[in-house]
Amino acid sequence: MDLLSTMRTALRALARNKMRSILTMLGMVIGVGAVIAMLGIGQGADQTMQKQIANLGSNMLFVTSGSMNLGGLRLGWGATKTLVRDDVTAMVKECHAVAAAAPGTQTTAQVVYGNDNWGTRVTGTTPEYFEIRTWPFQSGASFTEDDVTTAANVAVIGDTVRKNLFAATDPVGKTVRIGNLPFMVVGVLEAKGQSPAMSEDQDDTIIMPLTTLQKKITGQTWLRWVMLSAKSQSASYAAKQQIEALLRDRHRIREGQPDDFSVRNLAEFAQAASETSSVMTLLLGSIAGISLLVGGVMIMNIMLVSVTERTREIGIRLAIGATESDVQHQFLTEAVVISLLGGALGILIGLVASFVISTTVGWPILVSPMAIAGSAAVSMAVGIFFGYYPAQKAAQLDPIDALRYE
Amino acid sequence: MNPSGPNALSSQETSPASATGHAVIAVEDVHKTYDLGETKVHALRGVTLSIRRGEFVAIMGASGSGKSTFMNIIGCLDKPSSGRYLLEDTDVAQLDKKQLAGIRNRKIGFVFQGFNLLARTSALENTELPTLYARIDRAERHQRAVDALNMVGLSERMDHFPSQLSGGQQQRVAIARALVNRPSILLADEPTGNLDSRTSVEVMEIFQNLNNKGLTIILVTHEHDIAQFAKRNIIFRDGKVRRDELITTQSIASEVLKTMPTVEE
Repeated sequence: MDLLSTMRTALRALARNKMRSILTMLGMVIGVGAVIAMLGIGQGADQTMQKQIANLGSNMLFVTSGSMNLGGLRLGWGATKTLVRDDVTAMVKECHAVAAAAPGTQTTAQVVYGNDNWGTRVTGTTPEYFEIRTWPFQSGASFTEDDVTTAANVAVIGDTVRKNLFAATDPVGKTVRIGNLPFMVVGVLEAKGQSPAMSEDQDDTIIMPLTTLQKKITGQTWLRWVMLSAKSQSASYAAKQQIEALLRDRHRIREGQPDDFSVRNLAEFAQAASETSSVMTLLLGSIAGISLLVGGVMIMNIMLVSVTERTREIGIRLAIGATESDVQHQFLTEAVVISLLGGALGILIGLVASFVISTTVGWPILVSPMAIAGSAAVSMAVGIFFGYYPAQKAAQLDPIDALRYE
Repeated sequence: MNPSGPNALSSQETSPASATGHAVIAVEDVHKTYDLGETKVHALRGVTLSIRRGEFVAIMGASGSGKSTFMNIIGCLDKPSSGRYLLEDTDVAQLDKKQLAGIRNRKIGFVFQGFNLLARTSALENTELPTLYARIDRAERHQRAVDALNMVGLSERMDHFPSQLSGGQQQRVAIARALVNRPSILLADEPTGNLDSRTSVEVMEIFQNLNNKGLTIILVTHEHDIAQFAKRNIIFRDGKVRRDELITTQSIASEVLKTMPTVEE
């Protein structure tokens, strides 16, 4: 039978029992819909994050102590103790492509104001940090170089800390207790919101002079990271190489030995974040993909029932001259039609669901044409794979026995 | 050729030579054994016969006599365990499944006792079914189906579903379907088994008309009356041919119909 007739026969057979066909399709519809929505969420988050990173300034560099391999940013952070403040001074002095540098380390602590307290992230760094990150103040200002030299008890707070401890009062000039020490609030940062890159609330933070944190709170002299800006975007690669060479020299790392630090420019930073995001998206998509498997099993199940029900019909077709492959193609086509229709419907519903999610919850959703094409292809593959066995069974029926079937 | 007169034919005029000489079907010492686990069933125990083009053969026999097995083998639905079956001089044992399907599609037409039409499918589409497997283009398929339905007198009911047709009409559709690819042989397995007496004779009239035009027809039946409409009678017993004789006085269906009461609507 030619393809057109096969298609028509298949559609006719499915139309004969519309309710059953629709219910069989349901597995594919839900599966594909879920996959489209999940991929949409994942890719939307990735795109937003990439935009945010791009907004940070394309000549930013990030040095972290300890080396990391792939994926997560948090792996290997602060694993080694060799990155120190003198390294940073050297970087600024000797690496010509570097414009500014801010050393940093961090911990978590409880901060108390009056009767309220709030657990938050505490970062120790230098005033250059705010410039490099282009982070403006909503009130007050940064602490100064002198504060760093004297290890003064001053702090800059983020918007979330402000909301939770100060409500409507202006925090600037007030005293809070961090650890058990009094700190004066000198500035409040503008709200920046959730960062998908770091998957944390950027505003839930307190920033104080590096020396204060090191001497009075953590007691550690080494750094976790250094944030730098290159002189220009085109200089950022050169800056990276200069920094690497410098640190290898200062840390006495010989040829062939692994570095005890990582230097990332923005592109790599974005890449690492993107890899994490891809893993997440893949995970979400895979979980949704399990329901595709269920959809396929549903199709196989119903096709098997259908073949048994139509044993007589198959016998007739074989008797009047259908070949085994004619019968096989007929039933395979039915399975593929169900799965493709289900997939198409699923794509539609997935798009609608993505739209609804993005407008109600506010998450960014990006459904790429690749995702749609991929889903269509997978639907077809599911139909072929799960329709194969029933089609084989149908084709291999003995015509005489089949004709006698009640 | 056979003079198709209105009256019964005498034995002298129905000698084998009057059918076109050449054997369409030739079986030589055919055996068929079914292996059912512990027991073996010898359905055919050495059948040798030949059927020439244009013959009208009735095959009779009790249950288990092997007549259905014989039909299945002739119809290329099954293969002999031993012996030879030559269909139009081709040894069927040499053919693969695809070629056998081709034979069933183009050379042989089947008519079954239970009609075996596809439900919820129109008479026209049912008739057209074999043409779908013959890879003929759409216009030709349609025309052939229409012609076949005209031949059995069902031109006004082409769009009816089997559920809307009487038993006799359904069997006619089945006959049209069997004829649509212009086969040289028609095999009918108890074609009148599910029909009342008058409709049975109407169906036999169709068969006789087709045979008069040269179609070779082989019919299985257990009713003597029906067998009388054929020209040759082969009786099976215990897997062998017991009797093979020409029918001396063939009943003519059109005549018999005149004597039968019409079924009230």
